[in-house]
Amino acid sequence: MIDAKIPAGSLDSKWTKYKSTCKLVNPANKRSLEIIVVGTGLAGASAAAALGELGYKVKTFCFQDSPRRAHSIAAQGGINAAKNYQNDGDSTYRLFYDTIKGGDYRAREGNVHRLAEVSANIIDQCVAQGVPFAREYGGLLSNRSFGGTQVQRTFYAAGQTGQQLLIGAYQAQERQIALGNVVQYSRHEMLDVVMIDGKARGIIARNLVTGELERHFGHAVLLCTGGYGNVFYLSTNAMGSNVTAAWKAHKKGALFANPCFTQIHPTCIPVSGDHQSKLTLMSESLRNDGRIWVPKQQGDTRKSIDIPEEERDYYLERRYPAFGNLVPRDVASRAAKERCDAGYGVGTSKQAVYLDFAAAIQRYGKIEAGKRGIEADAETITQMGKDVVKEKYGNLFDMYEKITGENPYEVPMRIYPAVHYTMGGLWVDYELMTTIPGLYCLGEANFSDHGANRLGASALMQGLADGYFVIPYTIGNYLADEIRTKAIPTDHAAFAEAESKVRDRIHMLMNIKGSKTVESLHKRLGKIMWEKCGMARNAEGLKQAIKEIQQLKNEFWSDVKIPGEINEMNPELDKANRVADFIELGELMCIDALNREESCGGHFREEHQTEEGEALRHDDKFMYVSAWEMKGEHEWEMHKEELNYEVVKPSQRSYK
Amino acid sequence: MEHQNINLKLKVWRQKNSTDKGGFETYDVKNISQEMSFLEMFDVLNEELIAEDKDPIAFDHDCREGICGMCSMYINGRPHGPWEANTTCQLHMRAFSEGETIVVEPWRANAFPIIKDLMVDRTAFDRIIQAGGYISVNTGNAVDANALPIEKAKADASFAAAACIGCGACVAACKNSSAMLFLSAKAAHLNLLPQGQPERKTRVMNMVAQMDKEGFGACTNTGACEAVCPKEISITNIARLNLDYTCAGLVSDK
Repeated sequence: MIDAKIPAGSLDSKWTKYKSTCKLVNPANKRSLEIIVVGTGLAGASAAAALGELGYKVKTFCFQDSPRRAHSIAAQGGINAAKNYQNDGDSTYRLFYDTIKGGDYRAREGNVHRLAEVSANIIDQCVAQGVPFAREYGGLLSNRSFGGTQVQRTFYAAGQTGQQLLIGAYQAQERQIALGNVVQYSRHEMLDVVMIDGKARGIIARNLVTGELERHFGHAVLLCTGGYGNVFYLSTNAMGSNVTAAWKAHKKGALFANPCFTQIHPTCIPVSGDHQSKLTLMSESLRNDGRIWVPKQQGDTRKSIDIPEEERDYYLERRYPAFGNLVPRDVASRAAKERCDAGYGVGTSKQAVYLDFAAAIQRYGKIEAGKRGIEADAETITQMGKDVVKEKYGNLFDMYEKITGENPYEVPMRIYPAVHYTMGGLWVDYELMTTIPGLYCLGEANFSDHGANRLGASALMQGLADGYFVIPYTIGNYLADEIRTKAIPTDHAAFAEAESKVRDRIHMLMNIKGSKTVESLHKRLGKIMWEKCGMARNAEGLKQAIKEIQQLKNEFWSDVKIPGEINEMNPELDKANRVADFIELGELMCIDALNREESCGGHFREEHQTEEGEALRHDDKFMYVSAWEMKGEHEWEMHKEELNYEVVKPSQRSYK
Repeated sequence: MEHQNINLKLKVWRQKNSTDKGGFETYDVKNISQEMSFLEMFDVLNEELIAEDKDPIAFDHDCREGICGMCSMYINGRPHGPWEANTTCQLHMRAFSEGETIVVEPWRANAFPIIKDLMVDRTAFDRIIQAGGYISVNTGNAVDANALPIEKAKADASFAAAACIGCGACVAACKNSSAMLFLSAKAAHLNLLPQGQPERKTRVMNMVAQMDKEGFGACTNTGACEAVCPKEISITNIARLNLDYTCAGLVSDK
């Protein structure tokens, strides 16, 4: 049994009590304590800024050419905060409760309550930094509802909330760089954690421009490296998003928790062919106005506009009359898959459903005509309706048209679910420390706050909560005992050994000189994962997937072809390093999915569903976090962290 | 939308590293679906090059959603290619037709040295931000967000400037390789907000000084930057910057 170190006391007093009793480090000592931050997304950049401000010596690393490129930037919708600015009944408790319920009762109460508590501080902090959130005419902040919640608690900046928040954190980080508190290493990739006397004491990083390996010491190491959705090859993640840093930590002993919990987002632009390199998300906010349908007739080849109203199946409205098109992400995704698998899919691939704005255009058009008090003809009403839709979703419609060449004002969008976010990640305790002392994990890279399914507008909240408001306290509790530890010179044997292992692995990869490209092997891994460990899983498929992945691993290590040299900019080599880790992770994901014999959140086991095809949890057997320890090749041991619900009473989710 | 498969000729700038002289190489790419993105066409070409034991073409890219600002190709004499308000990664092959020759170069500017092939070093932009592209506020005790109402028009103008993705197309398009659009967008984002007022003057003075130090050219109001900006950042921001800069120079507080 592993200990999450949740403070004692009532739920709403735990964090307050922790903050007032944790150890502190005095300013003079902070100056001689060094912290390494890997990854510069919302979690990494905010942590680097906050720790730099406190006076620690910080080094930050990212593989991109600038910390501002991290994939947090692509988040569109918004960030939740329990501000209750709209006076619509929101509170810290409600945000906490919605997050726990949305996570299908597989998240920790203590962590989630803390997240809800600090959510309001995040908005204050971001506004102080100059993040240009959307505002009302009175000058106050605007809110919208998101992801089917009953209150308006989502703050946003058009469809670019992630960008604006990340730029805010990036600027705070750059300010600390200018002040000399933070040193940034761009185009660097972490390739191992260095351990001395059982504690994380630094990293080995590769300079991606020169190929040189570098040693960096830190009293503590923070991994803020994002999610592992690219294990599926096709996902909404950036091309470079990877699991490597987290995986290296896992191989050094850090437990990996709930790896099978992946979120499939229902509204993405469908795959158009084998050349597809990534998938693009269309914001969930589109479901506020778009109606989702497929033809009632199987294999219907007519164009969407030629299918009359009575021959359309608005299957979400039919199955879930209470929530309709606004059911949570996991439910909407599975329903789309069910229709396509049954032969009702649309488009050339038949792996898509329609998201139709025709009704919304008419509705808004009529409202506009009413507002202006004019008797408008049908054409004018349609035009006015289109103008309203354009104002709300213009940038998304433009993006859709660029990618597909179709005009969504005239024909319905085609959408299909795609891998978007990974709830699983490195196991961390309440202080965000992994099972390796001194090694922390923040943001999407850890497993802690979203259970089996993340609610919309909660990823940005968690990244910034961890970086700005949690780690500055919890890291002090650890570093207070490290003030006597002098900076360890990087010629220490542990650094030399870690570096030589990294070097050996790179040489081994380059010397395979096989016949298959990294890309082709990654695609095959993605296909196995998507088909057998994707939206729906079953025991037989998972067992088969494990075998296929093991075989793929052998093939990779005996037949991969990497062009170029080690000591130069070599993107194929960078990719090979990452794909090798994805293959190992894929196996663990299938093992975890096989072990979890229930359906919950994003994890749907076909054997465990209600008569109506809904997810069926087994709280009596699986109310735990599965935290995996690597024992050897293809070998893991599971440790359980039991989840105790003291405040919330778990119930079966129903959206009917 | 009907799509076809097309054949193209690509003339691509190849340069082994920052010290190599570099030059154009010509490649035939066949059977390219018009549904592909421009970068996916490069993926296909690179897979072929690897199969032929040749070095694949290095280029920067990450999100492929038009928001991270990492992709950077100078396509047929225009940063990010022929479409308006677009990034390279969002450019699709529908923009081209059968038999066309496409010329692809890296961003060209002294302040953006080439790393390899189509990849350039844009860390000068980070250093311009370090010179003042932020509001000096520490984490922790910010006042309530709604304690400071901001006129919607100003907030919207600030947001429009903050939409910059830092790709550098403005520099690549400018005959002087000026970074004024990038710099002014950041200055406008912060200077239009009440939170940005205390550092308004030092911000523009220091950022401009850093821009000059990095070797970017001066602005001659040609407007090429605005024409190619994927986020349609307006050159009005340059006028705002010039005003702030002039005021800061004339009325010193020190």
